[in-house]
Amino acid sequence: MEVGHFILGTLSGDRNADRVVPPTGFTARLTTLTAAAMAFLTVFALALSLATGRLAANWNAELAGTSTIRISAPEGQMAAQSEAVLEVLRTTPGIASARVMSEAEQRKLLEPWFGPDLPFDTLPVPRLIEVLEKGRGPNSAGLKLRLSAEAPGAVLDDHTRWRRPLVDAAMRLRILGAVSILLMVGSTAAMITLAAQSALAANGQVIEVLRLIGARDVYIVRAFVRRFTLRVLFGACVGTTLAMIWVFFMPDAAEEGAFLTGLGFQGWHWILPVLIPPLAAFLAFWATRWAAFYTLLRLS
Amino acid sequence: MFLYDARKGGVRGIRQKAGQSLIKLKNAGFTYGGRDILSEMNLHLQAGSFHFLTGPSGSGKTTFLNLCYQALMPTTGTVQIFEQDVRVMTRDDIAKMRRRIGVVHQNCQFLDHLSVRDNLMLPLVVSGRKDEIEQSSLGDLLSWVGLTDRSNALPPELSGGERQRAALARAVIMSPDLILADEPTGNVDWEMGQRLMALLVELNKMGKTILVATHDLNLIRKVKSELSARTLRISNTKLQLPGANL
Repeated sequence: MEVGHFILGTLSGDRNADRVVPPTGFTARLTTLTAAAMAFLTVFALALSLATGRLAANWNAELAGTSTIRISAPEGQMAAQSEAVLEVLRTTPGIASARVMSEAEQRKLLEPWFGPDLPFDTLPVPRLIEVLEKGRGPNSAGLKLRLSAEAPGAVLDDHTRWRRPLVDAAMRLRILGAVSILLMVGSTAAMITLAAQSALAANGQVIEVLRLIGARDVYIVRAFVRRFTLRVLFGACVGTTLAMIWVFFMPDAAEEGAFLTGLGFQGWHWILPVLIPPLAAFLAFWATRWAAFYTLLRLS
Repeated sequence: MFLYDARKGGVRGIRQKAGQSLIKLKNAGFTYGGRDILSEMNLHLQAGSFHFLTGPSGSGKTTFLNLCYQALMPTTGTVQIFEQDVRVMTRDDIAKMRRRIGVVHQNCQFLDHLSVRDNLMLPLVVSGRKDEIEQSSLGDLLSWVGLTDRSNALPPELSGGERQRAALARAVIMSPDLILADEPTGNVDWEMGQRLMALLVELNKMGKTILVATHDLNLIRKVKSELSARTLRISNTKLQLPGANL
Protein backbone atom coordinates (compact mmCIF):
# COMPACT_ATOMS: atom_id res chain seq x y z
CA MET A 1 0.00 0.00 0.00
CA GLU A 2 2.75 2.38 1.02
CA VAL A 3 4.81 1.34 -2.00
CA GLY A 4 1.83 1.97 -4.26
CA HIS A 5 1.40 5.40 -2.73
CA PHE A 6 5.11 6.03 -3.22
CA ILE A 7 4.95 5.02 -6.91
CA LEU A 8 1.89 7.18 -7.56
CA GLY A 9 3.40 10.08 -5.67
CA THR A 10 6.62 9.75 -7.62
CA LEU A 11 5.02 9.50 -11.02
CA SER A 12 2.44 12.22 -10.42
CA GLY A 13 5.35 14.51 -9.66
CA ASP A 14 6.07 17.33 -7.27
CA ARG A 15 7.64 20.36 -8.85
CA ASN A 16 8.92 21.54 -5.49
CA ALA A 17 10.47 18.16 -4.70
CA ASP A 18 12.14 18.19 -8.10
CA ARG A 19 13.62 21.59 -7.44
CA VAL A 20 15.33 20.68 -4.19
CA VAL A 21 17.86 18.60 -6.10
CA PRO A 22 20.15 20.87 -8.09
CA PRO A 23 20.29 20.23 -11.82
CA THR A 24 23.17 17.96 -12.80
CA GLY A 25 23.55 18.27 -16.55
CA PHE A 26 26.43 15.87 -17.10
CA THR A 27 25.04 13.03 -14.98
CA ALA A 28 21.63 13.52 -16.53
CA ARG A 29 22.97 13.31 -20.07
CA LEU A 30 25.12 10.30 -19.21
CA THR A 31 22.21 8.41 -17.66
CA THR A 32 19.95 9.19 -20.60
CA LEU A 33 22.63 8.23 -23.10
CA THR A 34 23.36 4.93 -21.35
CA ALA A 35 19.67 4.09 -21.12
CA ALA A 36 19.28 4.83 -24.83
CA ALA A 37 22.28 2.65 -25.73
CA MET A 38 21.07 -0.21 -23.54
CA ALA A 39 17.56 -0.04 -25.00
CA PHE A 40 19.01 0.02 -28.52
CA LEU A 41 21.10 -3.10 -27.83
CA THR A 42 18.22 -4.83 -26.06
CA VAL A 43 16.02 -4.40 -29.13
CA PHE A 44 18.69 -6.09 -31.25
CA ALA A 45 19.20 -8.89 -28.74
CA LEU A 46 15.44 -9.40 -28.68
CA ALA A 47 15.30 -9.43 -32.47
CA LEU A 48 18.16 -11.94 -32.59
CA SER A 49 16.51 -14.17 -30.04
CA LEU A 50 13.14 -14.13 -31.81
CA ALA A 51 14.69 -14.57 -35.27
CA THR A 52 16.74 -17.58 -34.22
CA GLY A 53 13.66 -19.06 -32.58
CA ARG A 54 11.75 -18.69 -35.84
CA LEU A 55 14.69 -20.07 -37.77
CA ALA A 56 14.91 -23.15 -35.57
CA ALA A 57 11.18 -23.75 -35.91
CA ASN A 58 11.31 -23.30 -39.70
CA TRP A 59 14.29 -25.58 -40.19
CA ASN A 60 12.70 -28.17 -37.99
CA ALA A 61 9.39 -28.02 -39.81
CA GLU A 62 10.87 -27.91 -43.31
CA LEU A 63 13.36 -30.71 -42.83
CA ALA A 64 11.22 -32.91 -40.63
CA GLY A 65 8.65 -33.79 -43.32
CA THR A 66 11.11 -34.59 -46.07
CA SER A 67 13.97 -36.91 -46.87
CA THR A 68 16.28 -37.42 -49.80
CA ILE A 69 17.50 -40.55 -51.58
CA ARG A 70 20.83 -40.22 -53.31
CA ILE A 71 21.64 -42.70 -56.11
CA SER A 72 25.27 -43.20 -57.10
CA ALA A 73 25.45 -45.69 -59.95
CA PRO A 74 27.18 -46.13 -63.28
CA GLU A 75 25.58 -44.15 -66.10
CA GLY A 76 23.96 -47.24 -67.62
CA GLN A 77 22.27 -48.28 -64.34
CA MET A 78 21.08 -44.88 -63.15
CA ALA A 79 17.66 -44.98 -64.79
CA ALA A 80 16.98 -48.56 -63.71
CA GLN A 81 17.98 -47.91 -60.11
CA SER A 82 15.92 -44.71 -60.04
CA GLU A 83 12.88 -46.59 -61.23
CA ALA A 84 13.51 -49.32 -58.66
CA VAL A 85 13.74 -46.77 -55.87
CA LEU A 86 10.50 -45.09 -56.97
CA GLU A 87 8.80 -48.44 -57.00
CA VAL A 88 9.99 -49.19 -53.49
CA LEU A 89 8.76 -45.81 -52.32
CA ARG A 90 5.36 -46.28 -53.91
CA THR A 91 4.81 -49.36 -51.80
CA THR A 92 6.23 -47.97 -48.58
CA PRO A 93 3.75 -46.73 -45.94
CA GLY A 94 4.30 -43.14 -44.74
CA ILE A 95 5.38 -41.76 -48.12
CA ALA A 96 3.14 -39.07 -49.61
CA SER A 97 5.05 -38.61 -52.85
CA ALA A 98 8.45 -39.03 -54.42
CA ARG A 99 10.01 -37.53 -57.52
CA VAL A 100 13.37 -37.45 -59.24
CA MET A 101 14.85 -33.98 -59.10
CA SER A 102 15.53 -32.47 -62.50
CA GLU A 103 19.01 -31.59 -63.69
CA ALA A 104 18.14 -27.88 -63.43
CA GLU A 105 17.11 -28.28 -59.80
CA GLN A 106 20.31 -30.13 -58.95
CA ARG A 107 22.36 -27.52 -60.78
CA LYS A 108 20.70 -24.84 -58.68
CA LEU A 109 21.50 -26.74 -55.52
CA LEU A 110 25.17 -27.07 -56.43
CA GLU A 111 25.55 -23.57 -57.83
CA PRO A 112 26.43 -21.88 -54.50
CA TRP A 113 29.33 -24.31 -54.05
CA PHE A 114 30.70 -24.83 -57.59
CA GLY A 115 29.53 -21.76 -59.48
CA PRO A 116 27.15 -21.41 -62.44
CA ASP A 117 29.24 -23.14 -65.12
CA LEU A 118 29.39 -26.60 -63.62
CA PRO A 119 30.07 -29.25 -66.35
CA PHE A 120 27.19 -31.39 -65.25
CA ASP A 121 27.47 -33.89 -68.11
CA THR A 122 31.05 -34.86 -67.39
CA LEU A 123 30.81 -35.11 -63.61
CA PRO A 124 29.53 -38.20 -61.79
CA VAL A 125 26.85 -36.26 -59.98
CA PRO A 126 24.50 -38.56 -58.07
CA ARG A 127 20.79 -38.41 -58.79
CA LEU A 128 18.53 -37.11 -56.07
CA ILE A 129 15.00 -38.23 -55.28
CA GLU A 130 12.95 -35.88 -53.08
CA VAL A 131 10.60 -37.73 -50.77
CA LEU A 132 7.66 -36.05 -49.03
CA GLU A 133 6.47 -37.91 -45.99
CA LYS A 134 3.05 -38.15 -44.46
CA GLY A 135 1.86 -39.02 -40.99
CA ARG A 136 4.75 -40.26 -38.89
CA GLY A 137 6.80 -40.98 -41.99
CA PRO A 138 8.30 -44.29 -43.09
CA ASN A 139 10.27 -46.75 -40.99
CA SER A 140 13.77 -45.54 -41.87
CA ALA A 141 15.57 -48.77 -40.95
CA GLY A 142 13.14 -50.92 -42.97
CA LEU A 143 13.27 -48.58 -45.95
CA LYS A 144 17.09 -48.61 -45.95
CA LEU A 145 17.08 -52.42 -46.00
CA ARG A 146 14.64 -52.55 -48.91
CA LEU A 147 16.59 -49.93 -50.85
CA SER A 148 19.88 -51.79 -50.40
CA ALA A 149 18.22 -54.89 -51.77
CA GLU A 150 16.45 -53.27 -54.75
CA ALA A 151 18.90 -50.47 -55.61
CA PRO A 152 22.41 -50.97 -54.17
CA GLY A 153 23.51 -47.47 -55.16
CA ALA A 154 20.70 -45.72 -53.23
CA VAL A 155 21.32 -44.05 -49.88
CA LEU A 156 18.51 -42.68 -47.72
CA ASP A 157 19.13 -39.34 -46.00
CA ASP A 158 16.29 -38.53 -43.59
CA HIS A 159 17.93 -35.12 -42.73
CA THR A 160 18.34 -36.05 -39.08
CA ARG A 161 22.07 -35.37 -39.10
CA TRP A 162 21.45 -31.94 -40.70
CA ARG A 163 18.42 -31.00 -38.73
CA ARG A 164 19.72 -31.60 -35.23
CA PRO A 165 22.87 -29.45 -35.33
CA LEU A 166 21.05 -26.68 -37.18
CA VAL A 167 18.25 -26.59 -34.64
CA ASP A 168 20.77 -26.87 -31.81
CA ALA A 169 22.76 -23.96 -33.23
CA ALA A 170 19.63 -21.85 -33.61
CA MET A 171 18.53 -22.62 -30.06
CA ARG A 172 21.95 -21.72 -28.72
CA LEU A 173 21.78 -18.42 -30.56
CA ARG A 174 18.39 -17.85 -29.02
CA ILE A 175 19.78 -18.53 -25.55
CA LEU A 176 22.65 -16.17 -26.33
CA GLY A 177 20.10 -13.48 -27.18
CA ALA A 178 18.18 -14.09 -23.96
CA VAL A 179 21.38 -14.05 -21.88
CA SER A 180 22.40 -10.81 -23.61
CA ILE A 181 19.07 -9.25 -22.64
CA LEU A 182 19.53 -10.37 -19.03
CA LEU A 183 23.07 -8.98 -18.97
CA MET A 184 21.86 -5.68 -20.36
CA VAL A 185 19.09 -5.51 -17.75
CA GLY A 186 21.67 -6.22 -15.03
CA SER A 187 24.11 -3.68 -16.43
CA THR A 188 21.39 -1.06 -16.69
CA ALA A 189 20.32 -1.67 -13.09
CA ALA A 190 23.95 -1.45 -11.93
CA MET A 191 24.53 1.72 -13.94
CA ILE A 192 21.42 3.40 -12.54
CA THR A 193 22.30 2.35 -9.00
CA LEU A 194 25.81 3.76 -9.32
CA ALA A 195 24.56 6.97 -10.92
CA ALA A 196 21.94 7.42 -8.18
CA GLN A 197 24.49 6.77 -5.44
CA SER A 198 26.88 9.18 -7.07
CA ALA A 199 24.15 11.83 -7.32
CA LEU A 200 23.21 11.33 -3.67
CA ALA A 201 26.82 11.51 -2.54
CA ALA A 202 27.37 14.67 -4.60
CA ASN A 203 24.32 16.24 -2.97
CA GLY A 204 25.35 15.60 0.62
CA GLN A 205 24.74 19.24 1.55
CA VAL A 206 21.25 19.15 0.06
CA ILE A 207 20.42 16.02 2.05
CA GLU A 208 21.84 17.54 5.24
CA VAL A 209 19.75 20.68 4.83
CA LEU A 210 16.61 18.71 4.03
CA ARG A 211 17.07 16.52 7.08
CA LEU A 212 17.71 19.52 9.28
CA ILE A 213 14.39 21.05 8.34
CA GLY A 214 12.44 17.84 8.84
CA ALA A 215 12.26 16.19 5.42
CA ARG A 216 11.33 12.54 5.62
CA ASP A 217 13.52 10.00 3.81
CA VAL A 218 10.70 9.26 1.41
CA TYR A 219 10.60 12.92 0.34
CA ILE A 220 14.34 13.00 -0.37
CA VAL A 221 14.23 9.64 -2.14
CA ARG A 222 11.27 10.68 -4.26
CA ALA A 223 13.11 13.71 -5.58
CA PHE A 224 15.94 11.51 -6.85
CA VAL A 225 13.82 8.56 -7.96
CA ARG A 226 11.53 10.65 -10.14
CA ARG A 227 14.43 12.35 -11.83
CA PHE A 228 16.26 9.11 -12.65
CA THR A 229 13.11 7.28 -13.70
CA LEU A 230 12.18 10.00 -16.16
CA ARG A 231 15.72 10.22 -17.53
CA VAL A 232 15.87 6.47 -18.13
CA LEU A 233 12.37 6.43 -19.63
CA PHE A 234 13.30 9.17 -22.06
CA GLY A 235 16.61 7.53 -23.00
CA ALA A 236 15.00 4.12 -23.44
CA CYS A 237 12.26 5.62 -25.65
CA VAL A 238 14.87 7.20 -27.91
CA GLY A 239 17.04 4.05 -28.05
CA THR A 240 14.09 1.74 -28.68
CA THR A 241 12.63 3.94 -31.40
CA LEU A 242 15.94 4.19 -33.24
CA ALA A 243 16.53 0.44 -33.00
CA MET A 244 13.01 -0.38 -34.19
CA ILE A 245 13.41 1.90 -37.21
CA TRP A 246 16.74 0.22 -37.94
CA VAL A 247 15.24 -3.26 -37.65
CA PHE A 248 12.27 -2.26 -39.79
CA PHE A 249 14.51 -1.18 -42.64
CA MET A 250 16.78 -4.23 -42.54
CA PRO A 251 16.72 -6.31 -45.77
CA ASP A 252 14.03 -8.98 -45.91
CA ALA A 253 15.06 -12.60 -45.47
CA ALA A 254 13.10 -13.66 -48.53
CA GLU A 255 15.06 -11.28 -50.74
CA GLU A 256 18.53 -12.21 -49.70
CA GLY A 257 18.03 -15.72 -48.48
CA ALA A 258 20.71 -15.38 -45.89
CA PHE A 259 20.38 -16.03 -42.18
CA LEU A 260 21.30 -12.66 -40.71
CA THR A 261 19.01 -10.68 -42.97
CA GLY A 262 16.10 -12.48 -41.31
CA LEU A 263 16.79 -10.50 -38.11
CA GLY A 264 13.64 -8.65 -37.18
CA PHE A 265 10.17 -8.84 -35.76
CA GLN A 266 7.09 -10.40 -37.26
CA GLY A 267 3.44 -9.90 -36.35
CA TRP A 268 2.73 -9.38 -32.68
CA HIS A 269 6.45 -9.57 -31.91
CA TRP A 270 6.57 -5.85 -32.77
CA ILE A 271 4.81 -5.22 -29.45
CA LEU A 272 7.73 -6.66 -27.46
CA PRO A 273 10.27 -3.86 -28.09
CA VAL A 274 7.60 -1.30 -27.22
CA LEU A 275 7.60 -2.75 -23.71
CA ILE A 276 11.31 -1.98 -23.24
CA PRO A 277 10.96 1.73 -22.20
CA PRO A 278 8.34 1.13 -19.49
CA LEU A 279 10.31 -1.87 -18.23
CA ALA A 280 13.49 0.23 -18.17
CA ALA A 281 11.65 2.95 -16.24
CA PHE A 282 10.37 0.33 -13.80
CA LEU A 283 13.91 -0.96 -13.37
CA ALA A 284 15.21 2.58 -12.86
CA PHE A 285 12.50 3.28 -10.30
CA TRP A 286 13.41 0.32 -8.09
CA ALA A 287 17.18 0.59 -8.58
CA THR A 288 17.18 4.28 -7.67
CA ARG A 289 14.80 3.75 -4.77
CA TRP A 290 16.98 1.01 -3.33
CA ALA A 291 20.17 3.01 -3.89
CA ALA A 292 18.67 6.15 -2.36
CA PHE A 293 17.35 4.48 0.79
CA TYR A 294 20.60 2.54 1.17
CA THR A 295 22.68 5.70 0.79
CA LEU A 296 20.52 7.67 3.23
CA LEU A 297 20.86 4.93 5.83
CA ARG A 298 24.61 4.82 5.25
CA LEU A 299 24.93 8.61 5.55
CA SER A 300 23.05 8.74 8.86
CA MET B 1 3.30 28.54 20.91
CA PHE B 2 3.97 30.12 17.60
CA LEU B 3 5.70 33.22 16.49
CA TYR B 4 4.91 32.87 12.87
CA ASP B 5 1.58 31.37 11.95
CA ALA B 6 1.88 29.98 8.46
CA ARG B 7 -1.87 29.44 8.18
CA LYS B 8 -2.86 32.92 9.21
CA GLY B 9 0.21 34.70 8.01
CA GLY B 10 0.98 36.54 11.18
CA VAL B 11 2.38 36.43 14.66
CA ARG B 12 0.74 34.07 17.06
CA GLY B 13 0.89 34.05 20.82
CA ILE B 14 2.08 31.50 23.35
CA ARG B 15 0.20 28.24 23.29
CA GLN B 16 2.58 26.08 25.25
CA LYS B 17 1.95 24.83 28.70
CA ALA B 18 4.21 26.65 31.14
CA GLY B 19 6.72 24.44 32.88
CA GLN B 20 6.55 21.70 30.27
CA SER B 21 9.95 20.14 29.57
CA LEU B 22 10.84 20.14 25.89
CA ILE B 23 14.23 18.49 26.34
CA LYS B 24 15.13 16.09 29.11
CA LEU B 25 18.59 14.67 29.57
CA LYS B 26 19.16 12.03 32.20
CA ASN B 27 22.78 10.99 32.75
CA ALA B 28 23.25 11.44 29.03
CA GLY B 29 26.71 11.15 27.60
CA PHE B 30 28.43 10.96 24.28
CA THR B 31 31.63 9.11 23.53
CA TYR B 32 33.57 9.36 20.30
CA GLY B 33 36.72 7.45 19.42
CA GLY B 34 36.95 6.11 22.95
CA ARG B 35 36.95 9.61 24.42
CA ASP B 36 34.15 11.08 26.51
CA ILE B 37 32.91 14.26 24.85
CA LEU B 38 29.99 14.68 27.20
CA SER B 39 29.08 12.73 30.33
CA GLU B 40 26.45 12.64 33.06
CA MET B 41 24.39 15.41 31.54
CA ASN B 42 21.15 16.17 33.37
CA LEU B 43 18.80 18.88 32.23
CA HIS B 44 15.15 19.73 31.91
CA LEU B 45 14.72 22.46 29.33
CA GLN B 46 11.43 24.12 30.13
CA ALA B 47 9.06 25.70 27.68
CA GLY B 48 9.41 29.44 27.28
CA SER B 49 12.88 29.59 28.79
CA PHE B 50 15.99 31.26 27.39
CA HIS B 51 19.28 29.49 27.98
CA PHE B 52 22.83 30.19 27.02
CA LEU B 53 25.26 27.34 26.70
CA THR B 54 28.86 28.33 27.23
CA GLY B 55 32.19 26.67 27.53
CA PRO B 56 35.62 26.81 25.98
CA SER B 57 36.15 25.83 22.36
CA GLY B 58 36.00 22.09 21.93
CA SER B 59 34.12 21.62 25.19
CA GLY B 60 31.20 19.91 23.44
CA LYS B 61 28.64 22.72 22.97
CA THR B 62 27.83 21.70 19.40
CA THR B 63 27.67 18.04 20.40
CA PHE B 64 25.23 18.98 23.15
CA LEU B 65 23.00 20.82 20.67
CA ASN B 66 23.21 17.88 18.27
CA LEU B 67 21.90 15.62 21.03
CA CYS B 68 18.98 18.01 21.44
CA TYR B 69 17.65 17.43 17.94
CA GLN B 70 18.85 13.87 17.44
CA ALA B 71 21.61 14.70 15.02
CA LEU B 72 23.60 12.51 17.41
CA MET B 73 22.45 9.66 19.60
CA PRO B 74 23.60 9.57 23.24
CA THR B 75 25.98 6.71 23.95
CA THR B 76 24.91 6.61 27.59
CA GLY B 77 21.84 7.76 29.51
CA THR B 78 18.64 8.97 27.94
CA VAL B 79 17.53 11.97 25.97
CA GLN B 80 13.86 12.82 25.61
CA ILE B 81 12.69 15.34 23.06
CA PHE B 82 9.08 16.44 23.40
CA GLU B 83 8.71 13.63 25.93
CA GLN B 84 9.77 10.99 23.45
CA ASP B 85 12.88 8.89 24.00
CA VAL B 86 15.21 9.39 21.04
CA ARG B 87 16.24 5.74 21.11
CA VAL B 88 12.79 4.54 20.13
CA MET B 89 12.18 7.17 17.46
CA THR B 90 11.82 5.99 13.89
CA ARG B 91 13.40 7.98 11.07
CA ASP B 92 9.99 9.45 10.29
CA ASP B 93 9.53 10.37 13.95
CA ILE B 94 12.84 12.20 13.86
CA ALA B 95 11.82 14.12 10.74
CA LYS B 96 8.53 15.15 12.33
CA MET B 97 10.28 16.10 15.58
CA ARG B 98 12.69 18.34 13.67
CA ARG B 99 9.79 20.25 12.21
CA ARG B 100 9.14 21.42 15.76
CA ILE B 101 12.73 22.55 16.28
CA GLY B 102 14.37 25.44 14.48
CA VAL B 103 18.13 25.08 14.20
CA VAL B 104 20.56 27.90 13.38
CA HIS B 105 24.16 26.89 12.85
CA GLN B 106 27.25 29.04 12.86
CA ASN B 107 27.91 27.92 9.29
CA CYS B 108 24.35 27.64 8.20
CA GLN B 109 23.76 25.72 5.02
CA PHE B 110 21.25 26.41 2.29
CA LEU B 111 20.35 24.97 -1.06
CA ASP B 112 22.60 27.20 -3.09
CA HIS B 113 20.61 26.82 -6.31
CA LEU B 114 17.42 28.20 -4.74
CA SER B 115 16.70 31.82 -3.87
CA VAL B 116 16.51 33.07 -0.29
CA ARG B 117 12.73 33.13 -0.58
CA ASP B 118 12.62 29.49 -1.75
CA ASN B 119 15.06 28.44 0.96
CA LEU B 120 12.87 30.04 3.59
CA MET B 121 9.88 28.17 2.22
CA LEU B 122 11.67 24.80 2.25
CA PRO B 123 10.48 23.63 5.69
CA LEU B 124 6.90 24.23 4.57
CA VAL B 125 7.54 22.53 1.23
CA VAL B 126 8.99 19.35 2.71
CA SER B 127 6.18 19.09 5.23
CA GLY B 128 3.54 19.53 2.52
CA ARG B 129 2.29 22.86 3.90
CA LYS B 130 3.54 25.16 1.19
CA ASP B 131 0.06 26.23 0.15
CA GLU B 132 -0.73 27.35 3.66
CA ILE B 133 1.46 30.40 3.58
CA GLU B 134 0.53 33.61 1.83
CA GLN B 135 3.12 35.63 -0.03
CA SER B 136 2.36 38.64 2.16
CA SER B 137 3.18 36.59 5.24
CA LEU B 138 6.45 35.52 3.72
CA GLY B 139 7.13 39.19 3.01
CA ASP B 140 6.48 39.98 6.68
CA LEU B 141 8.98 37.33 7.72
CA LEU B 142 11.60 38.64 5.30
CA SER B 143 10.98 42.11 6.60
CA TRP B 144 11.31 40.92 10.21
CA VAL B 145 14.84 39.65 9.53
CA GLY B 146 15.65 42.59 7.25
CA LEU B 147 16.02 40.62 4.04
CA THR B 148 13.16 41.99 1.96
CA ASP B 149 15.45 43.32 -0.74
CA ARG B 150 17.50 40.10 -0.77
CA SER B 151 14.63 37.67 -1.22
CA ASN B 152 15.56 36.75 -4.78
CA ALA B 153 19.29 36.50 -4.12
CA LEU B 154 21.04 33.15 -4.07
CA PRO B 155 22.61 32.09 -0.74
CA PRO B 156 26.22 32.38 -2.00
CA GLU B 157 25.48 36.05 -2.70
CA LEU B 158 24.60 36.78 0.96
CA SER B 159 26.95 38.20 3.56
CA GLY B 160 27.63 36.32 6.81
CA GLY B 161 25.07 38.33 8.73
CA GLU B 162 22.45 37.97 6.03
CA ARG B 163 22.98 34.21 6.01
CA GLN B 164 22.49 34.05 9.77
CA ARG B 165 19.28 36.07 9.54
CA ALA B 166 18.05 33.93 6.67
CA ALA B 167 18.79 30.83 8.72
CA LEU B 168 16.85 32.30 11.62
CA ALA B 169 13.89 33.07 9.36
CA ARG B 170 13.98 29.53 8.00
CA ALA B 171 14.16 28.19 11.54
CA VAL B 172 11.00 30.00 12.64
CA ILE B 173 8.82 29.66 9.55
CA MET B 174 7.34 26.40 10.80
CA SER B 175 6.46 27.98 14.15
CA PRO B 176 8.76 25.62 16.04
CA ASP B 177 8.49 25.07 19.78
CA LEU B 178 12.21 25.24 20.32
CA ILE B 179 15.04 27.17 18.67
CA LEU B 180 18.61 25.92 18.94
CA ALA B 181 21.31 28.32 17.85
CA ASP B 182 24.95 27.29 17.61
CA GLU B 183 27.25 30.32 17.76
CA PRO B 184 24.80 32.40 15.75
CA THR B 185 26.98 35.47 16.11
CA GLY B 186 30.25 33.69 15.43
CA ASN B 187 30.65 34.90 11.85
CA VAL B 188 29.26 38.41 12.19
CA ASP B 189 30.44 41.70 13.63
CA TRP B 190 29.33 43.04 17.01
CA GLU B 191 26.52 45.15 15.61
CA MET B 192 25.06 42.30 13.57
CA GLY B 193 25.51 39.98 16.53
CA GLN B 194 23.43 42.31 18.66
CA ARG B 195 20.78 42.47 15.98
CA LEU B 196 20.56 38.70 15.80
CA MET B 197 20.36 38.39 19.55
CA ALA B 198 17.62 41.00 19.57
CA LEU B 199 15.64 38.79 17.20
CA LEU B 200 16.15 35.78 19.47
CA VAL B 201 15.08 37.83 22.49
CA GLU B 202 12.00 38.93 20.60
CA LEU B 203 11.21 35.32 19.80
CA ASN B 204 11.58 34.36 23.44
CA LYS B 205 9.32 37.19 24.54
CA MET B 206 6.72 35.71 22.22
CA GLY B 207 7.05 32.42 24.02
CA LYS B 208 9.68 30.53 22.11
CA THR B 209 12.09 28.35 23.98
CA ILE B 210 15.63 29.34 23.07
CA LEU B 211 18.95 27.62 23.63
CA VAL B 212 21.98 29.50 22.33
CA ALA B 213 25.49 28.08 22.37
CA THR B 214 28.01 30.94 22.51
CA HIS B 215 31.27 31.93 24.08
CA ASP B 216 30.54 35.66 23.71
CA LEU B 217 30.12 36.76 27.33
CA ASN B 218 29.34 40.35 26.37
CA LEU B 219 26.32 39.20 24.39
CA ILE B 220 25.20 37.05 27.30
CA ARG B 221 25.45 39.99 29.66
CA LYS B 222 23.50 42.21 27.30
CA VAL B 223 20.68 39.70 26.89
CA LYS B 224 20.55 39.00 30.59
CA SER B 225 19.96 42.69 31.17
CA GLU B 226 16.80 42.42 29.10
CA LEU B 227 15.30 39.16 30.26
CA SER B 228 15.72 36.30 32.65
CA ALA B 229 18.13 34.09 30.78
CA ARG B 230 19.98 31.16 32.34
CA THR B 231 23.52 30.15 31.60
CA LEU B 232 24.69 26.57 31.31
CA ARG B 233 28.37 25.81 31.16
CA ILE B 234 30.13 22.74 29.89
CA SER B 235 33.35 22.01 31.65
CA ASN B 236 35.34 18.79 31.70
CA THR B 237 32.60 17.00 29.74
CA LYS B 238 30.00 17.86 32.37
CA LEU B 239 27.18 20.35 32.46
CA GLN B 240 27.32 22.95 35.21
CA LEU B 241 24.22 24.88 36.10
CA PRO B 242 25.39 27.95 38.02
CA GLY B 243 22.40 29.46 39.69
CA ALA B 244 20.07 27.96 37.16
CA ASN B 245 16.45 27.74 37.96
CA LEU B 246 15.64 24.74 35.82
